[in-house]
Amino acid sequence: MSLVLTNRIGLKDSHTLSVYEKTGGYQSIQKLFSMTPQGVIEEVKTSGLRGRGGAGFPCGLKWSFVPQNTGKPTYLCVNADESEPGTFKDRLLLEEDPHQLIEGILIASYAIQSHTAYIYIRGEFDLSYRRIEAAVKEAMTKGYLGKNIFNRGYELKVTIHRGAGAYICGEETALLESLEGKKGQPRIKPPFPAVVGLFGCPTVINNVETIAALPFIITQGAQSYRKWGTEKSPGTKLFSVSGHVARPGNYEVPLGYPLKDLIYKDCGGIPGGKKLKAVIPGGSSVPILTALEAEKVKLDYESLQEFGSMLGSGGVIVMNENVDMVWALQNLARFYAHESCGQCTPCREGTGWVDKILRRVLLTGASEKDYALLREISENMAGKTICVLADALAMPVLSYLKKFPEDFKKYLTRQNVVPQMQII
Amino acid sequence: MSDITFTIDDQKVAVLQGTTVIQAAKKLGIEIPHYCYHPGLSIAGNCRMCLVEIEKMPKPVIACNAVATEGMVVRTQTAAIKKMRESVMEFLLINHPLDCPTCDQAGECRLQDYYMQYDVIPSRFEEKKVHKNKMVDMGSGVMLDEERCIACTRCIRFCQEVAKKDELTLAYRGDHVMITPFPGKKISNAYAGNVVDICPVGALTSKDFRYKKRVWLLKKTPSVCPGCSRGCAILIHHADQKVYRLMPRLNPEVNQYWMCDEGRLGYKFINENRIVRPHIQVNGQIQAVSYENAHEKLGQLIANIPWELLAVVAHAGLTTESLKAIEYFSKNVLKTKAVYFSRNEPLNPSFDDFLITVDKNPNQAEVDKLAFKPLANLEKASGLFVFCDLSEKDLTQVTRQAIPILGSWASNESAVSKRAQVVFPIPTYAEQDGHFTNVLGFEQKTTKAFAPRGEGRSVVQSLRELEGILIGTGAQLKTAARC
Repeated sequence: MSLVLTNRIGLKDSHTLSVYEKTGGYQSIQKLFSMTPQGVIEEVKTSGLRGRGGAGFPCGLKWSFVPQNTGKPTYLCVNADESEPGTFKDRLLLEEDPHQLIEGILIASYAIQSHTAYIYIRGEFDLSYRRIEAAVKEAMTKGYLGKNIFNRGYELKVTIHRGAGAYICGEETALLESLEGKKGQPRIKPPFPAVVGLFGCPTVINNVETIAALPFIITQGAQSYRKWGTEKSPGTKLFSVSGHVARPGNYEVPLGYPLKDLIYKDCGGIPGGKKLKAVIPGGSSVPILTALEAEKVKLDYESLQEFGSMLGSGGVIVMNENVDMVWALQNLARFYAHESCGQCTPCREGTGWVDKILRRVLLTGASEKDYALLREISENMAGKTICVLADALAMPVLSYLKKFPEDFKKYLTRQNVVPQMQII
Repeated sequence: MSDITFTIDDQKVAVLQGTTVIQAAKKLGIEIPHYCYHPGLSIAGNCRMCLVEIEKMPKPVIACNAVATEGMVVRTQTAAIKKMRESVMEFLLINHPLDCPTCDQAGECRLQDYYMQYDVIPSRFEEKKVHKNKMVDMGSGVMLDEERCIACTRCIRFCQEVAKKDELTLAYRGDHVMITPFPGKKISNAYAGNVVDICPVGALTSKDFRYKKRVWLLKKTPSVCPGCSRGCAILIHHADQKVYRLMPRLNPEVNQYWMCDEGRLGYKFINENRIVRPHIQVNGQIQAVSYENAHEKLGQLIANIPWELLAVVAHAGLTTESLKAIEYFSKNVLKTKAVYFSRNEPLNPSFDDFLITVDKNPNQAEVDKLAFKPLANLEKASGLFVFCDLSEKDLTQVTRQAIPILGSWASNESAVSKRAQVVFPIPTYAEQDGHFTNVLGFEQKTTKAFAPRGEGRSVVQSLRELEGILIGTGAQLKTAARC
């Protein structure tokens, strides 16, 4: 389905300016400059667009928190640090339709009256970086960026900054720290970036997918966007589906789409005749779903919350009956322990501890005490830290223990157990 | 700035706008445990020990960063908070090495103190602890044990904000983080010793103090540093009449929480090279004698000299009481107008725009008030009484002018005390109550930490006795009001 974001995917040279303009690109600009910045914010509020990076915060509302007339410049930061395990949607947009992102940046910058935008892109991205860099250059040459864009007397400078391999730099305040040249460590909030952000100035940080939806919203109007999705979760979302499916990849569907259809219809179901066991619906940081839950739930913010999980980044990881859930959990724990920035006590020590316990469980078995300890460590981490990386491990741990007791029971031997899958 | 009234643990408290919960709690005498918070540094909020519950806020909030608002209701003693403190303690201890038996911080360690207050639960960590470097020379007399560090970042913030040299950072991630200067570099600011004070655990220790004394055996006496004219408030840590270290004491108007390294290490003279008995020169040899003999000898030396031709030199490192006693003695007993001062004047003295002043004497202000003259003005005298010491320049001058040093009152051996005909032992600033007036004009008090070494007597007492002997009446003496 190509709805809002993926209309050009698959077109030859879709990443170039000429193809972009031939296919309706930069059409929103005319309309944009006929609106006031406040009007743009209202339109985006009406569209109900929510942050697509994981938190789902209403985009227009976030923009409205930016104070004007502070005497300080306002900054827009595009979060292209896509590092949530299971998520590879921003990469698609950067590689195949970078100008759509640039057009969105123009809209967002105008709305918050920013003249300087940064794209923070994860250092590991190579083609994505080269494509967005080339697109920015094309736009500058054509006068769509720089001083006096589109001859409208508005200045907008876009700078691309590459990260250096830290998941935590996708956290908005850690991203700001990294942009400022410091160690990527989240800041304590309050104050919030909208008021005290980059270099102490009002700043808005938005995910790539969020920004990429803006050209459609401005060109076709908020109500057109609301044609899709639900009342509280309007619009469409890109889901990155990986794992045990016949056709993994990125799929744009309206919010509220049944997860069952995504797995069995769009992605061709589970190969080899295997049964579904578990699904991570929104990136590894969200609680896991059992097969029963996955086949019932709809892909929107509210429905997933009712099932005790979250829409998150939309990284859907499908697991079949062969997956050892204890091994899968240790896989995640290893990631979070490695990526914790180390600033605050519960996360720094807790993630490492959870990883070590799970490693030991896999190698030599566990006792009930170990599982109780994992639960308690998770409860002691969640909600007590500077950022939510600790929760991103804690909530999954609790959900795996709760929903897959059979897998964990298998390890209740405390003797030498040969793990079924390789431990790294 | 108006007052805000809010409630902590059902107690109402009124504070100025902008006060944080942790500051307000202190006002009420409620201790909220913390590691990374320090009133003299910016807020880091990373230890998570000070979490409290605030009504209407969904998650617990760190008290060090939460600004009090009107009508706020804060709770610090709920069961949930107790559990949070236990869990933070547990997290801190899982990788912390069991070094207490050999760690200098024992006895003044927050992990120990808070464990006893808020935890006391045996460990349930069965995994292998993270191991790191345990003896890293950071430079400037600071040693780092990376395993003990709890990443509170107090040392980093101190170097950035107080010493104004951004020399430290937290390298790596997760439980492998470690404090480090830039690779290949060392800490090189003049206040590095303060990071050892503020480190809540034994990660940063003083090379000078390590392994010397268990801290619970030390007595602490408030005093004033005599290293320069800043007069930082200090604590003298001592045991059995020996000084083991100096630490800064809070004085918001002079030095806040800090002191410089030069001053910090300037305690050795209290312990070393002390003059403990009076002595006289006999045929070019120094001989220890009793006070009676020393007084007798001095009396003999000045018997045939008109006393008004004697000159007196006081040092700018003496207490105000000593200086006033010297002035009185010179005016009323010797009746001489030749009263001079000498001072500590190193070549190329250090100074900065923070604490270190270029004047390396603690009491020049009082010397000036008493109108003592610089010794350079001395042209000739029949004999010299030297109080404390002479600078090298001044000693050279006196030698050139062939003025005999008849009496010397000194705490430490020096070229002067070796030359003087009669030497009386006096206490250092650590062994007497006295006052120094600093560069800002504040008069600050030193407190007697222990009795003067050996047979030392204060300048005030010594001159009183001498007056009694020389004038022979033992009459009531109008010396300085405070002795």
